[in-house]
Amino acid sequence: MASTITEKILANASHKKEVAPGDYVVADVSYTMAHDSTGPLAIESFYKITDKVFDKDRVIIVFDHFFPAPTVAGATMHQKSRKFVMDQNLSGFFTNGVCHQLLVEKFIAPGDVLVGADSHTCTEGALGAFTTGLGSTDIGGAMATGKCWFKVPESIKFNLTGSTKKGVYTKDVILSIVGDVRADGALYKACEFTGDYVKNASIASRLTLCNMAIEMGGKNGIVEADQKTLDFLGGRTGKIFRSDKDAVYADEYEIEVEDVEPQVALPPVVDNVEPVSAVEGKPIDQAFLGTCTNGRLEDIEVATRILKGKKIARNVRFIISPASEDIYFAAFEKGYLQDLVTAGATVCNPSCGACVGRHEGVLCEGEVCISSQNRNFTGRMGHPKAEIILASPATVAAAALTGKIVDPRDYI
Amino acid sequence: MRAWKFGDDINTDVITPGRYTVTTDRKRLGEIAFIEYRPEFAKEVEEGDVIVAGSNFGCGSSREHSPVAIKAAGVSAVIAKTFARIFFRNSINIGLPLFVCEDADKIDDGDDIEINIKTGEVRDKTKDIVLKAKPLPEFMQRIVEKGGLVNFLRSDGYDNV
Ligand code: SF4
Repeated sequence: MASTITEKILANASHKKEVAPGDYVVADVSYTMAHDSTGPLAIESFYKITDKVFDKDRVIIVFDHFFPAPTVAGATMHQKSRKFVMDQNLSGFFTNGVCHQLLVEKFIAPGDVLVGADSHTCTEGALGAFTTGLGSTDIGGAMATGKCWFKVPESIKFNLTGSTKKGVYTKDVILSIVGDVRADGALYKACEFTGDYVKNASIASRLTLCNMAIEMGGKNGIVEADQKTLDFLGGRTGKIFRSDKDAVYADEYEIEVEDVEPQVALPPVVDNVEPVSAVEGKPIDQAFLGTCTNGRLEDIEVATRILKGKKIARNVRFIISPASEDIYFAAFEKGYLQDLVTAGATVCNPSCGACVGRHEGVLCEGEVCISSQNRNFTGRMGHPKAEIILASPATVAAAALTGKIVDPRDYI
Repeated sequence: MRAWKFGDDINTDVITPGRYTVTTDRKRLGEIAFIEYRPEFAKEVEEGDVIVAGSNFGCGSSREHSPVAIKAAGVSAVIAKTFARIFFRNSINIGLPLFVCEDADKIDDGDDIEINIKTGEVRDKTKDIVLKAKPLPEFMQRIVEKGGLVNFLRSDGYDNV
């Protein structure tokens, strides 16, 4: 039977010759991940099942949502997770980046199965792995058993062709897709991104695509591994799976990316997508560049190109949180961070930063933030009457420069 | 049981805003359910009440705090046209029964309803109508019957799946 890459990985991990959408399988997981926000609940569930993790090198804990701790409650949660890390002698414990970026840099290989207690665990599928976000109890179960149950998802194929116009980025492409497919258009489904645009895209851009699969309700995002993937992995090896030509898809979208204009997602939901021209001139109070969606080197580079030698608008805060320590160092070595700080930006430690409204850039009532992140839900970054507008790093940087939402193409 | 009606795309930041979820205390989570979106909810909801919603209920983050908060507030089941994937799993895993019902729109806020957990039959006593909801797949029923994934793994484990 012809199969998709997602079906093949799940068949392999559950020791079956083949699986079909709708089948329930119990698959071996390559890694489990929980972060500082979801970890404590997962740990509670874990200890109700057993007292020893299935493999101390495959259970990963990352502090990224509120690190360093901004409150006593946060510090107490860190203490719980840290005790677990020490008691279980886990080798994978990090405080220097967003969990998904660290997993991509250090662990995930093609063919892997990753379950993470974070909805954006769909991101890591950009390396040709099956990676999905689950809740804490699921992760507790997986930490205990090294296994997880799945309903094999149907797949949707997104065939992206051509190249974007100057000043239009992968973030604009994925926002326009989310706007078309809607927040529940890919519910429970595997989102497979393919086509020459994806083949030509950097690993960072592929990560941006897969990152937002969940914003359409998707179970996982996935891109077949190729030479670029192998080069990125360095020595890490995996098992490369490819979708058969006659594999069956629940839906197929043909997207010519040349048609895409710079996009924004307006509050309060991610699929409320408009071209940037719809809100041109709208004043902003804060611009945020970072996150598992767009906190990578190419994103910081674009912002630098727009802001180098200039000053951000006086009434704006521009907050940057590189997605990992490696990215932070690379951006520093290239001089980007120095240029951006000189322009007036505030650079935070590599973490989720302002993305979830816990610290490092919380919004008050009536404020407007333009952000490179993936969610604009009511109240996410602070006050429920603050507005969060999602856009590409270029659009974010251009807004920081001018103090209002503008078409970034005029500033690159 | 009183129906608490919600619309489409009710996300996890609406159910349990991120700023309030720096805790695993179930009682506290019960108090913050819909704290900003519908502040009267946690105060007025009574043990056994039911949430009735539109499509994609529970979308957004993977935070299990959301179904835990709903359950801790006293809600006995959630009926919706569709559920977000992770929310669905999380609810099963903590033993909060969910029912997918295409006709959820027919139920209004405040209606008195009754659910047959086994058959998925939803009776709206206020309107005197009976709606059909999809019962859970057999595999998930086994998990819910055990009271959630933790108990399921402790007793059955994955060996007989
Ligand atoms: S950067 Fe934002 S979206 Fe990504 S894992 Fe952190 S909080 Fe979640």
